[in-house]
Amino acid sequence: MSTQSQNVTSDDGVVKEASMLKQKAMIADNYEKLTSAPETGAKVAATYVPGNLNELIMCFDMLNNLPEINAIQNGMRKKSGAMITDAEKMGHSEDVCTYVKADIGNMAKGSIAPNGKPLPVPDLLLLSYTGCFTFMKWFELLRDQYGCRTTMLHVPYAADGNTTQNMRDYVVKQLKEDVIPALEEVSGVKFDIDRLREHLRHSAAAEDDVVWVLESGKNLPSPIDAYFGGVYYIGPIFTAFRGTEAAVDYYRLLRGEIEDRIAKELGPVTPDGEPVEEKYRLVVEGPPNWTSFRDFWKMFSDEGAVVVASTYTKVGGVYDYDGFRHDPNNPLESLADYCLGCYTNRNLPTRVDMIEKYMDDFQADGFLVNSIKSCNSFSAGQLMMMREIETRTGKPAAFIETDLVDPRYFSPANVKNRLESYFQMIEQKRRGGGPAKAA
Amino acid sequence: MRTTDQIIDFCQELYDDMDFAAAKAWKEAAPGRKVIGYMPVYVPREIIHAGGMLPLGILGGGDNLEVIHGDAYYQSYICRIPRSTIELAITGRLDFVDGMLFPSICDVIRNLSGMWKMMKPDVYVRYFDVPQNYLDDVGGTYYAEELRELKRGLEALIGREITDDAIRQSITLYNDNRDLVNEVYALRATEPWKAPAKEVYLLMRAGMVLPVEDHSALIREYLAAAAANDRPMRDNCRIILQGSFCEQPPLGLIKSIELAGCYIVDDDYMLVNRWLTDAVPADGDPIDNLADAFIKHSTDTAAKYEPDGSRKGKYLVEAVKDRAAEGVIFAAPSFCDPALLDRPMLANALSKASVPYISFKYAENSGQMQPIREQAGTFADTIKLWGEA
Amino acid sequence: MKCFIGIDLGSTTTKAVLLDEAGDVLGRGITNSRSNYATATAVAKQEARTDARLTLFRRHFDDALVAGDPQAVINGLELAIKREHFVKQLADLKETCISHIPADAGGVADALDEVFSRLGDEADDLFAPGAERKSDFFRDLAGAKFMQIGEQVTKDAGLGFDTVLNLYDKSIIEVENRPPEGGVRSSFTDALAHVLENAPEIEVDETKVGDAVSAAVDVDLEETYVVGTGYGRVTLPFPKEHIRSEILCHGLGAHVMYPDTRTVLDIGGQDTKAIQVDPDGVVENFQMNDRCAAGCGRYLGYIADEMNMGLHELGPMAMKATKSVRINSTCTVFAGAELRDRLSLGEKREDILAGLHRAIILRAMSIISRSGGITDQFTFTGGVANNGAAVKELEKLIEENYGEVTINIDPASIYTGALGAATFASREVIH
Repeated sequence: MSTQSQNVTSDDGVVKEASMLKQKAMIADNYEKLTSAPETGAKVAATYVPGNLNELIMCFDMLNNLPEINAIQNGMRKKSGAMITDAEKMGHSEDVCTYVKADIGNMAKGSIAPNGKPLPVPDLLLLSYTGCFTFMKWFELLRDQYGCRTTMLHVPYAADGNTTQNMRDYVVKQLKEDVIPALEEVSGVKFDIDRLREHLRHSAAAEDDVVWVLESGKNLPSPIDAYFGGVYYIGPIFTAFRGTEAAVDYYRLLRGEIEDRIAKELGPVTPDGEPVEEKYRLVVEGPPNWTSFRDFWKMFSDEGAVVVASTYTKVGGVYDYDGFRHDPNNPLESLADYCLGCYTNRNLPTRVDMIEKYMDDFQADGFLVNSIKSCNSFSAGQLMMMREIETRTGKPAAFIETDLVDPRYFSPANVKNRLESYFQMIEQKRRGGGPAKAA
Repeated sequence: MRTTDQIIDFCQELYDDMDFAAAKAWKEAAPGRKVIGYMPVYVPREIIHAGGMLPLGILGGGDNLEVIHGDAYYQSYICRIPRSTIELAITGRLDFVDGMLFPSICDVIRNLSGMWKMMKPDVYVRYFDVPQNYLDDVGGTYYAEELRELKRGLEALIGREITDDAIRQSITLYNDNRDLVNEVYALRATEPWKAPAKEVYLLMRAGMVLPVEDHSALIREYLAAAAANDRPMRDNCRIILQGSFCEQPPLGLIKSIELAGCYIVDDDYMLVNRWLTDAVPADGDPIDNLADAFIKHSTDTAAKYEPDGSRKGKYLVEAVKDRAAEGVIFAAPSFCDPALLDRPMLANALSKASVPYISFKYAENSGQMQPIREQAGTFADTIKLWGEA
Repeated sequence: MKCFIGIDLGSTTTKAVLLDEAGDVLGRGITNSRSNYATATAVAKQEARTDARLTLFRRHFDDALVAGDPQAVINGLELAIKREHFVKQLADLKETCISHIPADAGGVADALDEVFSRLGDEADDLFAPGAERKSDFFRDLAGAKFMQIGEQVTKDAGLGFDTVLNLYDKSIIEVENRPPEGGVRSSFTDALAHVLENAPEIEVDETKVGDAVSAAVDVDLEETYVVGTGYGRVTLPFPKEHIRSEILCHGLGAHVMYPDTRTVLDIGGQDTKAIQVDPDGVVENFQMNDRCAAGCGRYLGYIADEMNMGLHELGPMAMKATKSVRINSTCTVFAGAELRDRLSLGEKREDILAGLHRAIILRAMSIISRSGGITDQFTFTGGVANNGAAVKELEKLIEENYGEVTINIDPASIYTGALGAATFASREVIH
């Protein structure tokens, strides 16, 4: 059965496959639930993608509202620019993260969800301080503005490249003494660890397929784009659906689609549905730009540049590098390990090692960094990472600079110029034989 | 006894010296000595000192260091302190430093710890994480173990044990130093004309590079000399400077603020020397004591989480009251996430308490003081004109 | 003969370089960039072709010369051809202006006649040997003179200058965007005759001169392959395979000029590029600062305006500095404020300017650093490379931070991109 006939062009201008449509429906459904919470009496928790304890939140029959996802949705719908200027007028600095400002600007104007209805003020801010300092201040700001109940989960930084028992114990204790009691109090539901185990079983099942999907990029040609296309693939596992049967189903469906593409030796889905002839295989580091997502994607696909692996698809959890799976037998420790292992919580040497492995395993032609002005967690150190990867792999690297959701920081001419120069660089190197590959 | 001018000239020399001659001399004076560099905002220097090592505060390159190589490591939208710190390393100025500690102040410094590991694999590098949870058996336990890990790391560096007794002695010395620092700040708050902002600043900067014993002696000397001075009182308004806890402003900026008519009666420069608000007990398990002191008696700052929303910003309002300040100047480095993200909340708390404030940004090598003078001057005038209302 | 052409559509100027089969530069052309990219390309190409013919002529002219200075003839020829083009475009401008005269405008046609007659008279002076022209672009030359003469004429005729100005505005773009005409042989022979007439000291062998002219004019300059470059444009007037990124063109161009170069710095009007090339001129790494014009040519332009000086006067004044003034920011927006601040503090202009030049170069050093540092040899291109004070600061900073490095600067470095593009064109065919 051809998936082509089920392709539909959605309102972000992208032609979508069945799995993309399914996850779009899942997200829409979640927004419906969130916006009808005042009527249904459902309690709403807000948390972050890195360190997203979705399985735990579900144990309390609570809904999960992720402000980062809201910012992304507004970015892709080109509404974030105005929200950011509003926040800046309210006194927030030009220098700080545009997710935060988009969220503050959005909330100030009634917090309208993509379905046009207002999102409720969260009943609980689950401040999962994982991999990003700004997270800590973000929820402090929301608490300051809206008086929300807040619970803090401090996830220590894996500075030495490993997690220690001290770190794990610290996180587990916080769960037991702060986070779970707060969830119980807000929801009125008593914590049942067996419910958590059940959700974690589903998580692990989906995670196997997630890894399979991400590793399909190793094929020549790659059936997936692990950056732009990847954004759709990681949706369910990183957001309000990890631990649900729906997510398990989604990844099974997605896996089937990709198996089909491999069998037909098809390249990845592209924004306008046209097939792409794989000319350049790239590993990309850094989040994408959301306000010009489709145009940005086209700059790659038009040139035959396919992203075979990316680090952004590990921002909400790393399942490939060290084989982590959520473990129903050690539920709380498992949640701790999950948080500690998220990409932005890893130290720089580990990030470089991961990228080097991707470059080798996925037979990449080059490495590209999309450096995001808002995000110091990703960005600080990327120039060094780039040089290190060039040295270790002998492959050329490129550096472009954009932002998450502030359209003022995406200059199409500049980005296109750098990208085209880079692709032509690779092309020239190929023709001339290029330098000897690093041993 | 030296005059305040002579003492401050001595401090100025230390401040200007980007080659750290004093620290190098200390190291060479006896065999086996080690120097441990640390960046803002807080590290337990007691433990370093107890190992016979010199804690060396690294606060970037200041406005006299041109950054040539450091810019290869950072994009333009990141503050200057990490690039000038890398510049110091690349130009060999930190070759004599045996270890570097990077406190958990923000993601830039956090990632710098990883970069340092890659740049200097033979140096002891530790990211110094502190808890954002302040329960004894949760954050406290975690932190005590972190301190023990730090101790073990330092012990491996010097090849011998850092005994509890040694730490206790160091705790006493640092308690003493902290008291003296607080005395200086108290003097400046009550009689600011006797302790000009630039002098206090340079005195505190000296504490970053001198052994603690020497620094304490220096402060004592300064306090005596300052008391002996007959300096005129000026009709300045009294302000608190907030947000400069990491990348430091150029000296010219600090001078400009005072010249423009503001006495700085409190600030958050170099928080490390006043981080703990109470003396650390010198008996019992020193690690537990240090951990406990951190959990229960830490100052408040942007890099810390405030668990109680109703208390957010209260510390600043209280400081305004304690120091009899009339306003607050938010002075943050450009691109500084902690300072800039925190500012709206602190400003909110000040507004509710009817405390006036202004804000501006700087870089450690800012050259234009004119706008600073104007803003600070106008602020001072406004406070004086409408202060009575 | 087979020729390979490179076209670089820059933000201010469009350049063309024409290479022969041996890879030698035959001709170079430059014109102001304009809204119709195809025309800008055509004009630059035409200038390059004319220049190529001059080169061919010169190669054979030495044989034909009996007495006199051959350079004087070549220069005279060049000027005469330029004068020809100017006069032709002037006639076009006049016709176009006339066609736009509104029906009821009395006396305007006469006024225009007078203006263009006087403009025509200027042509000889403008293109006399040794004459200094601010620019060689028609728009610049004609525009300035038109304003001057137009104002006078309309005043005398009791007409408002506005009417005539409007006609100019309407017409100049049309004229500029009209593709140039051919007709090489007649231009050449007429021009040559004109030159020889006015230079009695030059003696030539008539037959050999004829040969030289034929060598220049009869040869078919076959455009075997054309490559274009230039960014910030939605579409370039070339098919996709014929476009190369300007960074690659720039790197290759620098390599052609200096085969041992490894690091290239270009400080343009509004962006700065640092490029690392391998021994074959292929780009290995690059960094750009394209989001901010601080420290670029525009910045110097603003400074020049603020100080009421010519752009070319900044460097020489900076060289007179006796003290170092530290300028920490090259932000164009604050350039004026920073300048006034320093002056009010009693700093001398030359010292401030020296500080400014250092600040510009420091910024360039940052970009270079990010791209991978400086590897011998180092090539410096772009307008700022012609500024002695900037070069001095650069030499100092390079020596301090990278040791002994050969620094290459070519006064014709504005053609680097076009040269690279032309080289790409030739590599497409000759391989």
